[in-house]
Amino acid sequence: MDNQTVSRRNFLKTSAVTGAVFSLGFYWPSNAKSAKVINTADANKFGVEMNSWVHIDASGKVTIFDHRAEMGQGSYQAVPQIVAEELEVNLNEINVVFAQGDAKKYGNQVTGGSSTVRGSYKNLLKLSATAREMLIQAAATKWSVPKLECYAEGGHVFHKPSGKKFHYGELVEAASKLEAPKDVVLKKRSEYKLIGKPLRRLDTPLKTNGVAVFGLDKQIPGMMYAAVERNPRLRGKVKSFDDTATRKIVGVKNVFKVKMGVFNTYREGVAVVADSTWAAIQGKKALKVEWDDTGFEHLDTETIYKRQAEALQTQEGLVFKKQGEPTEIIAKAAKKIDVTYETPYQYHAAMEPLNCVAHYQDDKLEIWGPIQAPEWVQDYISKEMSIPKEKVTVNMTFLGGGFGRKAFMDYPHEAAVISKEIKAPVQVVWTREDDATQGPFRPGITYRCEGVINNGEIDAFKVRMAGQNNDHWRGGKKDVANRSTSEGFLKPYTESIKNLAIMDVPFETPIPTMWWRSVYASTNGFAYESFLDELAQEAGKDPLEFRRAYLKEERLQTLIDKVEQVSGWKNRARGAGYGVAITECFASTVAQVVKVSKAPGGGVKIDQVWAVMDCGWYVNPDTIKAQIEGSIVMALGAATIHEVKFKDGKAVDNNFSTYQMPRITDIPSIEIHIMDNDEDAGGVGEPGLPPFAPALTNAIFDLTGKRIRKLPFSLIGV
Amino acid sequence: MAKITLNINKKEYPLEADPQMPLLWAIRDLAGLKGTKYGCGVAQCGACVVHLNGEAVRSCVTKVSRAVGKQVVTIEGLSETNSHPIQKAWQEVDVPQCGYCHSGQIMSAVVLLREKPNPTDQDIDDAMAGNICRCGTYLRIRKAIHVAAEEQKKLAPQG
Repeated sequence: MDNQTVSRRNFLKTSAVTGAVFSLGFYWPSNAKSAKVINTADANKFGVEMNSWVHIDASGKVTIFDHRAEMGQGSYQAVPQIVAEELEVNLNEINVVFAQGDAKKYGNQVTGGSSTVRGSYKNLLKLSATAREMLIQAAATKWSVPKLECYAEGGHVFHKPSGKKFHYGELVEAASKLEAPKDVVLKKRSEYKLIGKPLRRLDTPLKTNGVAVFGLDKQIPGMMYAAVERNPRLRGKVKSFDDTATRKIVGVKNVFKVKMGVFNTYREGVAVVADSTWAAIQGKKALKVEWDDTGFEHLDTETIYKRQAEALQTQEGLVFKKQGEPTEIIAKAAKKIDVTYETPYQYHAAMEPLNCVAHYQDDKLEIWGPIQAPEWVQDYISKEMSIPKEKVTVNMTFLGGGFGRKAFMDYPHEAAVISKEIKAPVQVVWTREDDATQGPFRPGITYRCEGVINNGEIDAFKVRMAGQNNDHWRGGKKDVANRSTSEGFLKPYTESIKNLAIMDVPFETPIPTMWWRSVYASTNGFAYESFLDELAQEAGKDPLEFRRAYLKEERLQTLIDKVEQVSGWKNRARGAGYGVAITECFASTVAQVVKVSKAPGGGVKIDQVWAVMDCGWYVNPDTIKAQIEGSIVMALGAATIHEVKFKDGKAVDNNFSTYQMPRITDIPSIEIHIMDNDEDAGGVGEPGLPPFAPALTNAIFDLTGKRIRKLPFSLIGV
Repeated sequence: MAKITLNINKKEYPLEADPQMPLLWAIRDLAGLKGTKYGCGVAQCGACVVHLNGEAVRSCVTKVSRAVGKQVVTIEGLSETNSHPIQKAWQEVDVPQCGYCHSGQIMSAVVLLREKPNPTDQDIDDAMAGNICRCGTYLRIRKAIHVAAEEQKKLAPQG
């Protein structure tokens, strides 16, 4: 046993205890004693494994594994763009393949928290450079020349003095048997040929001719189709059902009750299995089901917000952060601001409704689907169905949007249960109505914000939120404040505001809630950044200058300078309203300025949005711009168009006919800037969302003097 | 069930289908062409748009029987080499994110460009308002249609 093997084993042992998954050393290339060929059905296709991400076949074809889900945010581009840089291969000559769920090989594969690049780029750079050095060494050895005389470029190793060359395929077997060098030298940022460049996405051509395989497009031989009528009252059960009419529909083969896990709770439904999607959907419509939903309160939206408001009047809440004497100052103040903000429940509404293919046979299970968290699915189903983890194979297809919803395990679990029951492969198709009404949803939250201004400065700042805690669905402790109580709020405020309290007033409902793009920042940002604007107004100060005074860090000052400059903040046009908001989300900070004016037909219209993103080190500026554009559109919908409403314990709107979405006619002009600095990489897919709603409502206040404290609101109704 | 023949992308598909089945599911499940997408089932999102005798239709609410004897074109049949001016413009502008809605977006845009070779922003908004993109690629859709219009002009016979 060599040192390398020892260190790898030690790491695995450590990681099991600490849960650390991003440490170096974990992603170590193979060496003499542990070199192996990839262990999948496609092994021969991909050749020798240099490390978990890089395989090279004898012809020199390089395959790069994307260990994360591709749901539009660009992992399919970012991971290869990083790897190819240090490996020295041409991006247009490689294969990209989605990795299967395998936490031992890839660490954390949960595509959430905008973490693909920031969570793995240092390791990807190092392992790619290491593989490159091993290939160069293998060439030098073959030529019997000093390694220093050789260099790698475009998938080849060249001997400089003689001009001789090998392609990687001629070297990979020898290279994979070498001892991995310990300290490879990584390129400087100025030396990058690929990273930092706005390269076109590798997956785009697959998405303009119908070739990309999404979950719903997956087909395997002998596959049946299933639709499931689930209890419309969230988390309820099936009492009985009548399938007489269903069984008369041509193509329907089987009808039975199913139970699927939603984290640590369950929901029940009736599955209809058929030989086509259409027959399954028709069969589902023909079912008569009697539901058992005793034990769950049948809530209405009005009741939820009434209770949140009451809780904020009667309870102090759990302390998330407290310093100084904010409560005492507020109690004694002659004048205070005491305002309430409300945000709605939201539905993810990915264009690809949930679906999953499962094939259970003998003692093993294989899953294919639009899955954000393959190793969670593997782990969860292994436990729920008592199948050893190594016998549960989870394959990610392209995802037709995810936004957090496809990180849950309910829909793959349901598909697996149905496949086991019918002893055949099956694709479970969720109709749009199923997808829209079953949750989990982003929680709607009420915030009570109290503050005191003294001599133009914040003397006391107190924010309390009442909203569901997503962690409770995964067994989180109920006697501690929600860990996301201040998510979105810039941390330096909590250092520069001396008397400050951030509190969580516990609030529960039976409605399943979970992550939605930018998670709590998507709703917190509205409250914190609107409240700051109200404090600035009370202090009689310019909203941007007011913020600047509390954000002393140089990096933030530079960001503020930039947004001030690009938006023309100092020379704001008369007759228009300007609003600003700055939020932090997943290690990136985004400032946005929105300009509004009076609409000819009444209300207001958005003239322009300026967004400045500081995400530190980055891979592809065009992907970042696309993500910010998309985040702003999604934020616009959540602020001004849609919300999930509940009546009698059920989600009311079940399709786009009533759950309206932003369309091409709703979109303002957007100008995006990315900060250049040498800080560590931050997230890209989500941080562009939180500042939009408050920047918009702050702009409306600037224009009209009307303060909007409840989302969503109608632009034409302002 | 009835025996029917669909002509999809200039190829004959003899199928056995419930005449009430939406064209969408016949294309996807029976003909096995998965490029056309299911999004809502009620003609609200446009993910399922295909061409029926050259017109853009919502295949999720079009009965399969209506397509018999007509020419169906799906995203797979738009061009041999992914090279229709709209496809090329989509690639040049890097329009798609998740990509799921773009079969429908592209099929809608192709009809727009045929009918209005020099579309204004307003023309584009009018023609594309029926197609939802949850990733919010709308600004790039608009830009790409303008790019495709320019490209189409170059391809048009001179003089």
